[in-house]
Amino acid sequence: MEIRPILSALMRSKIALILIGLQIALTLAIVCNALFIIHQRIEKMGRPSGMHEADTFYISSIGFGKDFDVKRTYAEDLATLRSLPGVKFATMTNTVPMSDGGWSEGVQLKPDQTKSTAATAIYFVDEQGIDTFGANLISGRNFRADEIGFHDRNTQGWPASLIITKALGEKLFPGEDAVGKQFYMDKDRPPSTVIGVVDVLQAPWPGSKIVEYSTLVPEYTPYEAMTRYLVHAEPGRRDEVLKVVEAKLGEINKSRIVREARTIESVRREGYQSDRAMALILAGVIISLLAITALGIVGMASFWVTQRTKQIGTRRALGATRKDILRYFLTENFLITSLGLLLGAVLTYSFNAWLMATYEAVRLPWYYVPIGFIVLWLLGQMAVLGPATRASRVPPAVATRSV
Amino acid sequence: MIRYYVWMGARSLRKNPVLSALMIVGIALGIAACMTSLSVFHAMGSDPIPWKSSQLHYVQLDNWDPNGAFTEPNEPPNQVTYRDAVALMEAGKADRQAAMFRVLMPLRPERREVKPFLAVGRATGADFFPMFEPPFRFGGPWSKSEDEQHARIAVLSRETNEKLFGGENSVGKRVRVKDVEYSVVGVLDEWRPRVKFYDVVGSAPFDDPEELYIPYSTAVEINLGTVGSNSCWQTVPAGRDAYLASECVWQQLWVQLGTPARLSEYTTFLNNYVEEQKKLGRFQRPLNNRLYDVNDWLANQKVVSRDVQIQVGLAFAFLGVCLVNTIGLLLAKFMRRSGEIGLRRALGASRLQIFAQHLIEAAVVGLSGGAIGLCLTGLGLWMIRRLDDGLKNVTHLDGPMIASAVALSLLAALLAGLYPTWRACRVPPALHLKTQ
Repeated sequence: MEIRPILSALMRSKIALILIGLQIALTLAIVCNALFIIHQRIEKMGRPSGMHEADTFYISSIGFGKDFDVKRTYAEDLATLRSLPGVKFATMTNTVPMSDGGWSEGVQLKPDQTKSTAATAIYFVDEQGIDTFGANLISGRNFRADEIGFHDRNTQGWPASLIITKALGEKLFPGEDAVGKQFYMDKDRPPSTVIGVVDVLQAPWPGSKIVEYSTLVPEYTPYEAMTRYLVHAEPGRRDEVLKVVEAKLGEINKSRIVREARTIESVRREGYQSDRAMALILAGVIISLLAITALGIVGMASFWVTQRTKQIGTRRALGATRKDILRYFLTENFLITSLGLLLGAVLTYSFNAWLMATYEAVRLPWYYVPIGFIVLWLLGQMAVLGPATRASRVPPAVATRSV
Repeated sequence: MIRYYVWMGARSLRKNPVLSALMIVGIALGIAACMTSLSVFHAMGSDPIPWKSSQLHYVQLDNWDPNGAFTEPNEPPNQVTYRDAVALMEAGKADRQAAMFRVLMPLRPERREVKPFLAVGRATGADFFPMFEPPFRFGGPWSKSEDEQHARIAVLSRETNEKLFGGENSVGKRVRVKDVEYSVVGVLDEWRPRVKFYDVVGSAPFDDPEELYIPYSTAVEINLGTVGSNSCWQTVPAGRDAYLASECVWQQLWVQLGTPARLSEYTTFLNNYVEEQKKLGRFQRPLNNRLYDVNDWLANQKVVSRDVQIQVGLAFAFLGVCLVNTIGLLLAKFMRRSGEIGLRRALGASRLQIFAQHLIEAAVVGLSGGAIGLCLTGLGLWMIRRLDDGLKNVTHLDGPMIASAVALSLLAALLAGLYPTWRACRVPPALHLKTQ
């Protein structure tokens, strides 16, 4: 390979080397870090909520008027909901995964602990809770209808039986089956017993550290005349059932405001809205960046080819084949790109270190940089191919002309 | 002469349309990326009430668990208890003070054709209005004496007034919320602070303000609970009174202190207050009161999301790539013209004239790029709004941002143009003539 003459030619016009190299370096740093952020967001969005999302929706209402009776409303509403055609399951609930609003409690294993062992999200549900959410009970049993109580402002303590997620069970009782174990929701009260474990049911806060820790509590919550239900429709009948439910709840009891029902799909869309926006914005940045860099290389390479038309002609006249000329420009680009990539690797890790220091980001996995190298090498070669081909077509006779 | 150079610059742009387009698109994309992310950053992070942000202070007291801070390391709770809010309001030691919390209010319109709807309200004191200065369209705020009387009165937002009364002057009319009738004392005009800076705890900081406002004392009397954040570290005994007396934090308390001297007086007062309470067995943690002003409080609550900060960093790196790209292309372009430059020099043009001509050409590139970039910025902000409607109040271009876009594109173009221009000046007059 004729690397030495290429190098010495490059050294004669360092500016081109610096410009393209710098561009490549910055591009590598941005693309690797942006891709990594996109990857993390996609991973976050891809986590299962533990719910059956396609056929479920929730609907809330708030009562007014002196004789609005929340407890009676719960009973009437649920009986009506469960009798509607197309409804598979229905439960009361206080919130749903990904909605970003809910109730959390610190829990502990002994009453005399000064710090809680874990924090958990609370879902108030009844005996159809697990089925309506679509969660998967992996051990123990579900709540019985006669276990469902009420939890209002005057309630003290927590029910004797609770269902928790597998992740919370692992955290509280590592390596053991949580069913039958006890823990304290309130250290001044008797402990509660785990009667069942569900595989996954995310807490309502997708960005939180306790996102996998949830506890199902068998209680109705008549706070402030608010009621909320989660409905699980027969497959494919969600939208039709939703309209019926909206109308029906208003009919049963006129002294309340029934709020618009929301599908869990739309809750997911909104819950991950900012993550999706970030991923798409970064994807846009990556694409435009690669395009700009490629076009920049095309521009610079065409300029060199024009500048060196005479030298190319001379080389051709001295016996260099078209292939030699083509190879010259491709090799030159490869060298420049490689130098840029070396600097880029340093920049990439510095940028990642800055993100780690400032935003508690994670370390970039090692394979991003090598993949970035390959992509940018290919990009550089493809960008330079056009101008290099043009160079290889310079006829040897140019050498004999004065311009 | 300058006009001639501008004309030459524009002409030269047309001469190599592809190269020019590449440069302009490069600058335009770089500017658009920077301006889009900067606009959001600026709207989220800039002072929401510049004329008095240093006078408004958010009160934090550390009544948390002696065994652990509210947020490690040693951050006090982000709200205060009801009993402290009331005690500090009654003491009235600041120039103005307003405690507040968010409530849900089912509105039952008089007009039959409007269906009952659920409004988000704010329960607060009379001082809220002179402190945060929402503009009034009709009527005005309520008075302190009405606060004390637990009056059934309300201030409506413009939109709520639109919905309930078709936008007419509704002062003196009645609004039914649940089973309570309130009479309207004031209607706000359009009020849309970019950041809802007075309530960033447990609510989206870029949401619209509330739909109606009622006196704090009234809300407490009729047993309204908060729909904002509520945190407790102790078990709360049964009943409303026990809850009000508890160490649960669910109140936000703002005070206005006109001068630094007043601030230090108030700091002393707060410290004494906490010391007094310590004697009663409360506040078992070390003294840790905070009185952040508006901007420090927003910074403490990390209102500017880390995504936006990363986007700004990436956008500037992106602009850097675009600049390096433009330097290369401008250099290519100017060097291709070496012959022409040599000729002009030989005919008597000074280096300074060549310098001016080429720098102006770079500026023409920059401004064209900036103009397109500004349009792309509008498009970018529109796309962000579409992607994340929680950001709808912070994705607008304002005057200062447009001015900065123009300045940034000029600066970018001149930065990019400097080296190629310098190289152009150094073209010797005679060399390129020889080969002609």
